[in-house]
Amino acid sequence: MTAVLAVHDLHVAIGERGRAANVLRGASLEVGAGEVRGLVGESGAGKSMLGRAVLGLLPANAVIGGGTILFEGRDLLAMPEPERRGLLGRRIALIPQDPITSLNPVKRVGAQIAVTLRHHLALSKRAALERATELLAEVAIREPRRVLELYPHEISGGMRQRVLIAMAFACDPGLVIADEPTTALDVTVQRQVLQLVERLRQRHGAAVLFITHDLGVVAKICRTMTVLHAGRVLEEGETADVLARPRHPYTRALLAATPRADRPAEALRPVPPALIESLWSEAHRLDRLDVAGRA
Amino acid sequence: MADLTLSGPIERPSRWLASVARGGTRLWCGGTLVGILFLIALLAPLLAPHDPIEQDLLAAQLPPAWIQGGEWTYPLGTDSLGRCVLSRLMYAARTAVAVALIAASLAAAIGIAFGLIAGMFGGWIDQGVSRLIDVWMAFPPVLLSIVLAAVIGAGLTSVIAAIVVVDWTRFARVVRAETMVQLQRDYAAAARVLGLSRGQILRLEILPNLVPLIVTLLAVEMGIAILVEVILSFVGISVAGDVPTWGGMIVEGRQIVYQSPWIMALPIVSVILSVIGFNLLGDGLRAALDPVQRR
Amino acid sequence: MTDMLLRTGRLSFAYPERSSSLFKRAAMRELVKRVDLAVPRGSVLGLVGESGSGKTTLGRLLVRLLQPTSGGIQFDGVEIGNLTEAELRPLRKRIQMIFQDPQSSLNPRLRLGVTLTRPLQIYGRLQGRQDQRDRAAALLDLVGLPTGLMDRYPHELSGGQRQRAGIARALALEPDFIVADEIVSGLDVSTQAHILLLLRELRARLGLTMVFISHDLSVVRVLCDDVAILQHGEIVEYGPVARIFNSPQHPYTRQLLSAIPLPDVEPGWLDDSSPFFLSHQRGSAA
Repeated sequence: MTAVLAVHDLHVAIGERGRAANVLRGASLEVGAGEVRGLVGESGAGKSMLGRAVLGLLPANAVIGGGTILFEGRDLLAMPEPERRGLLGRRIALIPQDPITSLNPVKRVGAQIAVTLRHHLALSKRAALERATELLAEVAIREPRRVLELYPHEISGGMRQRVLIAMAFACDPGLVIADEPTTALDVTVQRQVLQLVERLRQRHGAAVLFITHDLGVVAKICRTMTVLHAGRVLEEGETADVLARPRHPYTRALLAATPRADRPAEALRPVPPALIESLWSEAHRLDRLDVAGRA
Repeated sequence: MADLTLSGPIERPSRWLASVARGGTRLWCGGTLVGILFLIALLAPLLAPHDPIEQDLLAAQLPPAWIQGGEWTYPLGTDSLGRCVLSRLMYAARTAVAVALIAASLAAAIGIAFGLIAGMFGGWIDQGVSRLIDVWMAFPPVLLSIVLAAVIGAGLTSVIAAIVVVDWTRFARVVRAETMVQLQRDYAAAARVLGLSRGQILRLEILPNLVPLIVTLLAVEMGIAILVEVILSFVGISVAGDVPTWGGMIVEGRQIVYQSPWIMALPIVSVILSVIGFNLLGDGLRAALDPVQRR
Repeated sequence: MTDMLLRTGRLSFAYPERSSSLFKRAAMRELVKRVDLAVPRGSVLGLVGESGSGKTTLGRLLVRLLQPTSGGIQFDGVEIGNLTEAELRPLRKRIQMIFQDPQSSLNPRLRLGVTLTRPLQIYGRLQGRQDQRDRAAALLDLVGLPTGLMDRYPHELSGGQRQRAGIARALALEPDFIVADEIVSGLDVSTQAHILLLLRELRARLGLTMVFISHDLSVVRVLCDDVAILQHGEIVEYGPVARIFNSPQHPYTRQLLSAIPLPDVEPGWLDDSSPFFLSHQRGSAA
């Protein structure tokens, strides 16, 4: 059984040499064919960094300290840059977090989808627009032909996010990385967007790495999940198992700290600061060992 | 980041050093150039080797000392009347700095007052000020200055008046826009909820946020004032007679530019260095004073 | 009437939309429509709605950052809906607000100590510099922040610390009534739980009356006694927390509740077809 994506022992630091801060400390995860894996963590956990590392979109001052990222069996980090770029958008696609800044405000929606299609699939202009119409219909946009003619600011936030989802699945990618795609949305819209992602994933047969901070979202859309903290994987497994019987105290604490509409207020337990502190000091201890080991 | 949530403050290097570091090379270069200019202006009587208006007709149009025919008594040579070019440059720097300081401060004071009022009160007051600025900016500045000179006579006062009259709009526009931006932010709303009056909000909350902007503008405006003074000298409505100015020197040098090009070149170089200095300083200050690194 | 600290009667707010034609009168856009609220002293009311529901506008009306177009607001028996800014000033210290985005609600160029004691300063309750530092320290302590933070600027704090500071500022004048607008929405789960419990504790300790605005029903459940559900500027359902959560009456409330993803695996959740979804599945089945 080969995984679509296999990240192994990935180390990433950000900053100038000498005073770089580690953001990923040997993180590993796999996404199998047709699998939706949730990558859960709070801010600073490094979950977005992991997604960016796979996409090759790390900030300019990031240094990859070690590890491999295998996509369909080939190491992305060892691949020549042009080849890797050729995969982006075609075989590995992104659903970004912010639907507002992720679309070019001065280009019509149709033109933006068509550019991707023409670039990767070498379609003619007409064929590309035809395909774009189909894609918008697929993400439940009424009157897709009319929407193609609109500018991003003329459509709602939920619809923009749907356009971005359509663009992500446009070239039948093997892997889609969804980076907190519903964080900015209302709950009712969030549900529609999650339903769409699930439907398109099934139809196009893509594997999905779903990055989120929301355990509720993970529970609904991800079959497997990975809990990340301080750039380390603390726990991973089938979502149903992890949520029902969390093994790591951090996962347990996160679950207890999530307010639930179906339970009275007394059930809420904040994450003990001592736990967070011990996790960070463990991470920093590993950093020191790492430095000592290299010296 | 998350590890700091509840733990105590962590020691950092001093804020002052941090700001200087943020300012970078621009701050250093600009600061040095402007510093030298101010020093020369301040200490001209001590530094200058000669009286700037003392004529030595026997030693007219001497080249700078290091060129053949030059003498070390006149390090940068002499002009057509045999006056020491270095001394004249130094004394001219006094005029330039005086004009820059006075004109830029006055323009800033008037512009900031109008800008704050328009930005704070909005409505018809803002409409009035904005239209005034629009109309004002439609006048050609040089023409405006010539008219002014005709009314109050040539001289330093009219140069300063011309700069102030033309350039207050620069401050007013920027300060008005920035005041409006700051008022939109929640801290201004918070101040209202706390019961601060409009004047208090302006003075205690908004003004500190305008300081980086104003300081930057002020530095750039000083550079502009120096340029304007040169232009007005060039068209002959600046300081009359013997008082050395860079603009005046350029005019004089122009007539003998083929025989003694340095007489015109040296004041031009002085102007360019000063303006570059002020612009770099402004740029560096913006970075140094803005800890949040907006933009 | 006796123990209601805040009441609104048919409270409405509208603003003129940008006119499409120079000669036509601009249409009024109604953001809040005839809202009736009654908040008993010492209780917490949750205002829940999605974006565009008018909940933030309603919150800003209650603290009189906005002036109602019609209807009234009674605070402690006094009508404050049409008071001028000057007439409001004596009441300001009793009505406070905590803002959604502490990044923008704390003045970026002022040290925390200055921001926190600003309200005391303008009411002339500070005696010198040492007193200012003492008061700032006490306020930081109240919300569980280390007192050393008073010399820091907002950008030097974490999100959770900033939100605590926002709460501390609102408490500086010992107000009777606080409007909290989406104050936990941008925070991590662990930080969010801390802030919610802090508010609950402060409420018990200081006897605060609050209106707690949120888009998230689960958060509201932690803190509130009553809940009002807003949709398009109107209250569609209003009642005690237990009643709303256990037997929601209005379809919109039910829709909101069912859309919240609980952290339990529930296979049918994604293909449960909302009307929105059904209409399109047919269209694109081919």
